[in-house]
Amino acid sequence: MKRPSFSAIQIIAHVGAWLPLIILLWDASQNQLGVNPIQDMTLRSGKTALVLLLLSLAATPAAMLGFRKALKIRRALGLYAFGYALIHLFIYVGLDYGFDLHLLWLELTEKRYVIAGFTAWLLMVPLVLTSTRGWQRRLGRRWKTLHRLAYISGIAATVHFVWLVKSDVRTPLAFAGILLLLLSARLPTIRKRLTLRRRLGAQYSKPCQKEGESEIEPGVQLANSQTVP
Amino acid sequence: MLTRGVWRDHTAFFSGSLIPFLAVVHPPVSRLGEQLTPFVMDRLYNSVVQPPSMSKGAKMTLPKIASSQITPKHIYQTRRRFLKTAGLAASAAFLAACGVPTQTQSPRPTAPSTAAPDIARSDELGNQANSYQEITHYNNFYEFTTDKEKVAELAASFATEPWKIEVGGLVENPMTFDLDALRRLGREERVTRLRCVEAWSMVIPWEGFPLNRLLKQVAPLSSAKFVRFQSIYDPDRLPGQKSPWYEWPYIEGLRLDEAMHDLSFMATGLYGEALPPQNGAPVRLVVPWKYGFKNLKSIVRIDLVTEAPTSLWMAAAPKEYGFYANVNPEVSHPRWSQRSERRIGELKRRQTLPFNGYGEQVASLYQGMDLQKNF
Repeated sequence: MKRPSFSAIQIIAHVGAWLPLIILLWDASQNQLGVNPIQDMTLRSGKTALVLLLLSLAATPAAMLGFRKALKIRRALGLYAFGYALIHLFIYVGLDYGFDLHLLWLELTEKRYVIAGFTAWLLMVPLVLTSTRGWQRRLGRRWKTLHRLAYISGIAATVHFVWLVKSDVRTPLAFAGILLLLLSARLPTIRKRLTLRRRLGAQYSKPCQKEGESEIEPGVQLANSQTVP
Repeated sequence: MLTRGVWRDHTAFFSGSLIPFLAVVHPPVSRLGEQLTPFVMDRLYNSVVQPPSMSKGAKMTLPKIASSQITPKHIYQTRRRFLKTAGLAASAAFLAACGVPTQTQSPRPTAPSTAAPDIARSDELGNQANSYQEITHYNNFYEFTTDKEKVAELAASFATEPWKIEVGGLVENPMTFDLDALRRLGREERVTRLRCVEAWSMVIPWEGFPLNRLLKQVAPLSSAKFVRFQSIYDPDRLPGQKSPWYEWPYIEGLRLDEAMHDLSFMATGLYGEALPPQNGAPVRLVVPWKYGFKNLKSIVRIDLVTEAPTSLWMAAAPKEYGFYANVNPEVSHPRWSQRSERRIGELKRRQTLPFNGYGEQVASLYQGMDLQKNF
């Protein structure tokens, strides 16, 4: 068996995904979380989760454009996104609401942004549980279908953000715009064009691109080469 | 290699989510965790939010001893301000260790040394006032920025002298008050609770004078039913006013009887000092039974009018912000729960009280009104 090796992009992804948490814990230990520390922790963990989720959703379009290495970090980004979402949820439930189930239930049934956020998190749970190769094999084609829940999760998470802000919705709408772009890349017509452009480009520049090599795991590649409706 | 790759992703992910869990839940892992655990554990056993008066332990029906009774006072206070104290101690130690001169970061840097002890800085329910640092570094003042923690810095150079407040409309004696005239209206201390619509709150030792003293001088006509307040409009000095999201200037309003109520207050000072610009210098409104956004800052104009004025927030989001904006745990807001609140500096949420705890004094103003509709 080969020794585990990290490619540059993997190192960047793993280090980059850990950084926000390290900075958060450092700031907490240095009292740099401001006057309302719990809110600051909630906002920061939530934003990181959303950014990572969008990045994982960007992996496939990036691969369509020729940056196939992005597929190597897609799963890691998705898992990290869930990790931060879990921290975000834990801060909200445990620190903010002190596990007060009564108040939390009222929040969940009344506040639309809570419903959207919780939905986004909940949809990620089956994806995390089936993110191993074993499950990929066992589910076969259905794995791909199941993992399209990530799109809905991304939409719910962005809606959660849009509904959260008071009035100036520029930042959340920027996130929504990026998400829309990433999801539209999955539309068959756009997908075909992107892939075609890349293939044509590849013919002229790199005729012997080592596309089929073990850059991508078989399951992922299989799933990825199918057309997304 | 493939197996390893999968293994790596999951290891990184699981440690990524477990380590912060440990850091927060397991005491020895971090200072923060050490301070947070008692609160978290406490909440596990005590899932119903106790009203503030109950948490003092005096009238408890449950056979539970309040933490204030079994915990030495200095530790209790440390918990109240745990992040500040822990953080200050940590940063002081860090700076000292590195040979960097320690910054003087007293919680109340400019509070006078002759300040009365904490007992004088408590509200009538016995809640300790927030620190000067907290009050002056967590401000909703959108004229500068929407970032509450950046207002102090941006407002530091905002000059509030000279200043004029024009008071007119339906009055017998329209008047213009300069800073001297405002000073002549008196200066008394009021320690009141401020409940922001964003579900956080503070206890603040304001100084100033009751609004009715100013209104009596201008003598409202009998046709005057409402008071319309206007903040300064000066986009060159107030960068936030270039934002197209709001209709500047900041407008707020009160019904005349609300404005004449003794609790309606014009603040010109804080902790015995002149009001800092980030808190609305030179003069701001304080209506403690209403949400914080009613308390407009840096007032330049007051008019007595016949119709209820449309406030900036009513114009921005009419479904979310009404004219009355009385603190009401029963009226929901799409984003923030109004049932509970976080007192800045505390970890536990508090139950929000109707009229922010001033019901005895002000509930009669709204007799016969449907406060669900008139929110």
